[in-house]
Amino acid sequence: MNWIKTQNNTVININEIPTLHIDVLRHEIMNEYRHNKRAIGFFGVKNRLFTVLADDFNSQILVSSAKFFEIKSYSSLTPDIPAFSMFEREFFEEFNIEPAGHPWLKPVRKIENYNFLKSDDEEVHEVAVGPIHAGIIEPGHFRFLCRGEFVENLEIQLGYQHRNIESLFLQRNKPLIHLAESVAGDTVIGHATAYCNALEALTNTNIPEKSQIIRAIALEMERIAVHIGDLGAVSNDIAYLMGTSVFGATRTLVINTLLEICGSRFARGLIRPGGVAFDIDQNLSDKIYSMLDSILTTVEIIIDSMFSSSSVLSRLDKTGIVSKETAHEIGLVGMAARASGVPLDIRADHPWGSYKTLNFEKIVMKSGDVYARTYIRYIEIKQSAQIIRDLLAKLPENADLLTQISKPLSPNSMVISLTEGWRGEIVHTVLTDEQGNISRYKIKDPSFNNWNGLALAVKGNGISDFPLCNKSFNLSYCGNDL
Amino acid sequence: MFKTLKTRIHQGYQAIPDIRKATVKEPFRGLPVINKENCTSCGKCASVCPTNAINPDISIDLGKCIFCGDCERVCENNVIKFTNSHKIATPSTVSEQIKKVFGKSLKLRQVSAGGCNGCEMELNACSNVNFDMGRFGVEVVASPRHADGLLITGPITKNMAFALEDAYLSTPDPKIVILAGACAISGGVFQDSTAIDREFLEKHKVDLVIPGCPVHPLTVINGILDLIT
Repeated sequence: MNWIKTQNNTVININEIPTLHIDVLRHEIMNEYRHNKRAIGFFGVKNRLFTVLADDFNSQILVSSAKFFEIKSYSSLTPDIPAFSMFEREFFEEFNIEPAGHPWLKPVRKIENYNFLKSDDEEVHEVAVGPIHAGIIEPGHFRFLCRGEFVENLEIQLGYQHRNIESLFLQRNKPLIHLAESVAGDTVIGHATAYCNALEALTNTNIPEKSQIIRAIALEMERIAVHIGDLGAVSNDIAYLMGTSVFGATRTLVINTLLEICGSRFARGLIRPGGVAFDIDQNLSDKIYSMLDSILTTVEIIIDSMFSSSSVLSRLDKTGIVSKETAHEIGLVGMAARASGVPLDIRADHPWGSYKTLNFEKIVMKSGDVYARTYIRYIEIKQSAQIIRDLLAKLPENADLLTQISKPLSPNSMVISLTEGWRGEIVHTVLTDEQGNISRYKIKDPSFNNWNGLALAVKGNGISDFPLCNKSFNLSYCGNDL
Repeated sequence: MFKTLKTRIHQGYQAIPDIRKATVKEPFRGLPVINKENCTSCGKCASVCPTNAINPDISIDLGKCIFCGDCERVCENNVIKFTNSHKIATPSTVSEQIKKVFGKSLKLRQVSAGGCNGCEMELNACSNVNFDMGRFGVEVVASPRHADGLLITGPITKNMAFALEDAYLSTPDPKIVILAGACAISGGVFQDSTAIDREFLEKHKVDLVIPGCPVHPLTVINGILDLIT
């Protein structure tokens, strides 16, 4: 057996993971890719390279590994499977083992004197933006090669947000949930859920059903809040200021309801290992129902107004296209992938907690342009509202919320925790050593896959459409930089 | 046209009328109050604090506190209680001249130096139709050259230290420096990270610190108004 099969949030023994020669592992990965598997993890621990593939059709996860002791290079996977590009660049940066034949082995998180792609063509000029941007956003550097006002190439160099968060998860005797909440501040619930699911699996803790439901309600409220905010941001970038104002005010209603549940507009403090720290009682439940009614009414009115405006549609339609083939090839995930017709959604493919009990249908669009990435948010808002209503109806009264985690972490173990945040799939992979301490904490935010999608989407568009394309993805800098 | 009017009428007026008197609903965790009489010095609160914000004398360092409320929950004697008071920003004293110059128009350049995007989103919210910070003449501008000061978020990563210093030097004098959020003030949950470089704060004077994780828009706006008016 060259792979060990597991599932979302299921603990496996590290010693049972096959250790292959790196050339054999490469061959195996190629083989599995031909059978519709895709990479969700490719990272080193000491002198071992772990590869984690998702089998979305069978809700399974495949894990294998290779020793890279005394190896300086291996044959790169990227020329055959472009989705490996970021994974291999990251692995090279951390372990200095060269994927020979990688087409562009540039830094992922290191800020150094990197030579950007240049053009000898006299008609092509460079535009450099960042790391500090014009608005209130995270830092990153964008380097455009433009012919007139059309973008020929965009290079995105990140790393400015690198806080070494993965190594902070190795601290002993410290609460780590707060770190999980700060991996990406716009996906507090997504990352906190992924961390808690992993920890609960490693300690074999069953959490109360009510807390599972509350976590799912919060995750869907986070999705609604960010999607509404993004519709406002897209409106702002096309100077549709009515949209900016209305969506901005509507988002406030959602996050203020989160505040009424747990005291934080981003639901910090709600999710804790073992369950949740705050209840949703009848009173709060009624408030959530009426908030949903109110925001859906507003969203319908403003969407009707926005999408019947020709000046809005002229900016969104056919702008920043990522085709289904490209999306599949580069390994786009989440909402951006679904907007391009690639049906990936962890809630359906690898369900956890309350999602196991829901009849969940993936929302997929075809055109892969800014229009699709904007309109899909509107549909997902309505879907999430329905999920919340269904979950609220199931919420038991006066049930337990929190189980004390008393057991130590299972030693020599590995768990892969998948969650579908609003942006897409969040992967937390945790490994423990012989003493049951965390020896490696690997995080993959959906942004890690999707930044490349933005770079490709912008090609051939006017540079003035870059902010619009950027907003339509709304990727996380710190989720990528870690 | 009619759809636009319909939307506008449906929206009505949503701005908070008086920012100075506005309150945040319970159970928002703002200013903590401490009742030491019941304290048994059991140390549980300090042991669950992720940022070492609780001093041995059971006082809370608001610059380190991320307002998670875990200490309040773990305490059996109700010693620590987070109130919904959001006015927790601490302005330094600025001269009358600065108040005269910046009091009715303050333009800021925001620099995110490792911020998780939580504080950044709340700073964006300061300018939405609810909070409408612009009505006080306070705005975030695109260039440090146009700014009267810097509004910094994040623990200041090594990779951002140079750009932050550059932005500071590019801002014309006189200028003010505002730190927003636990990360900017103390490093927050990233205080033990090997990838941060907080030398900037040793070199430059800070005029206003706005605690929070993330900062609440009302804390931000009231803090800035306290500083310049």
